[in-house]
Amino acid sequence: MSEQLKVSSSPHIRSNDTTSSIMMWVVIALLPATAYGIYNFRDTQAWLLIIVTTATAVLTEYLYEKLMKKPVTIQDFSAVVTGLLLGLNLPPTAPWWMGMIGSIFAILVVKQLFGGLGQNFMNPALSARCFLLISFTGRMTSFVYDGVSGATPLAQMRANVEAGSDALAGINSMDMLLGRTGGTIGETSVIAVMIGAIIMILKGIIDLRISGTYIATFALFLAIFGGFVDGVGFFNGQYMTAQICGGGLMLGAWFMATDYVTSPITKTGQIVYGILLGIMTGIFRLFGGSAEGVSYAIIFGNLLVPLIERVTLPRPFGKGGEK
Amino acid sequence: MNNCAERLYNGLIKENPTFVMMLGMCPTLAVTTSAINGIGMGLSTTVVLVLSNMLISMLRKIIPDSVRMPAFIVVVASFVTIVQFLLEGFVPSLYASLGIYIPLIVVNCIILGRAESYASKNPVLPSIFDGIGMGLGFTFGLTCIGIVRELIGSGKVFNLQVMPRSYEPVTIFILAPGAFLVLAFLVAGRNKIMANLEKKGKQAAKPQGCAQGGCASCSGCDGKVFPTGEKE
Repeated sequence: MSEQLKVSSSPHIRSNDTTSSIMMWVVIALLPATAYGIYNFRDTQAWLLIIVTTATAVLTEYLYEKLMKKPVTIQDFSAVVTGLLLGLNLPPTAPWWMGMIGSIFAILVVKQLFGGLGQNFMNPALSARCFLLISFTGRMTSFVYDGVSGATPLAQMRANVEAGSDALAGINSMDMLLGRTGGTIGETSVIAVMIGAIIMILKGIIDLRISGTYIATFALFLAIFGGFVDGVGFFNGQYMTAQICGGGLMLGAWFMATDYVTSPITKTGQIVYGILLGIMTGIFRLFGGSAEGVSYAIIFGNLLVPLIERVTLPRPFGKGGEK
Repeated sequence: MNNCAERLYNGLIKENPTFVMMLGMCPTLAVTTSAINGIGMGLSTTVVLVLSNMLISMLRKIIPDSVRMPAFIVVVASFVTIVQFLLEGFVPSLYASLGIYIPLIVVNCIILGRAESYASKNPVLPSIFDGIGMGLGFTFGLTCIGIVRELIGSGKVFNLQVMPRSYEPVTIFILAPGAFLVLAFLVAGRNKIMANLEKKGKQAAKPQGCAQGGCASCSGCDGKVFPTGEKE
């Protein structure tokens, strides 16, 4: 018995989680949204786009690390997550070379040039999406669903308001919940995204601090200000459902705002971050030039993370008193 | 005259204002959306730089030290105004595309920097060559950035279509973020090349150093003899 007693310095309790296991669970959690996206956009070869982005991301990471004579880290699955998320963030009609450029940008410029996993200052998949959105605006914002090109529900609402008619004309909340609408490959089905989110919450990979405050703040913001801009009254259930289910909010809040590397580690900081994201998304959606605002909001939030962490750094027990 | 050649080399390569000293970043990032804009901006700055270096060097013993900055600014601003009117009169298209950045040459830190650190302390001829070297270095930097951005961002170089018709321009490169990306990659590339050259230069110089050190048998001189003293 006494031989089993080991004397060592802290930490004494270790978690069995590794980067690979966490990333693997994120991939698994993304599978429902991926599968539904591929099924939903089966006539536009969404599967090809997802394979291209994922494979390019992994290959880029491998080649860069080989060339730079660094330890190869493709087995930690982080490149797979980046590639998959980027694929889910592209419209199904995007050509394969666009996915390729996006993946190379995400891994090479945003992740590896800053030092690899853990060093990137913004979410690689989202920055690649913004890169493509700025570069190929036409291709990134034309959506085809069921062989018919049409607006996403959010763009539809925006167009309705601009035309002076009822904002909610032609919006079907049930379709938006199930995902039977146009949009990027992974964002349309709220149910599929939520299945993934529940998997991650149950596995303890994410908690509600970021995503919950994000969505709640966004909902509150829209409940207050939505009426002024979109003219649907102070609180309108259908409008709220459409805004919360529409666009990239769900995918962004559960999968991209919670990226460990680019979100605050302090508990208070995570709540501050979630609130900031909610307000920014609301502002971009209501007052911005585009109907979408999630990707830019999260990117801006990423940039503010060091400041948030600095403000919310907890004081060690016994150090210093109240000022 | 040797001094003058050294000034040219210094401005173009060793202390290139764009890639090494990182001066004048505002026009560098803002106007280099095409190669022709880069050249136009670079050459306008060169003209101002040469003339102001010359005049400031001539006046260096007259200008009192305590008011040298206002004096420099007045000299630079006069030349910039001349250049601005000339551009407006003879190349209106370039004038239109450079816009506000021509009057802003007055506050370009390269010009004031050279006036302060070189022209106000050195004779006229080296100062002129310093201006030429720095100006051409700036032009070179801006043109490089402009070529890359124009090529990727619109598929053209100097307004000539070089990419095949099917090429889809990556618009971000002629917008603001592209300027930062291209500048960063070019600086990284330059640093890599210079580091390689320096390494080669050191290896070539080593046997000589060995002989001077009086090593009897130079065969074992493969870096093990002086392992730590040198800075790479």
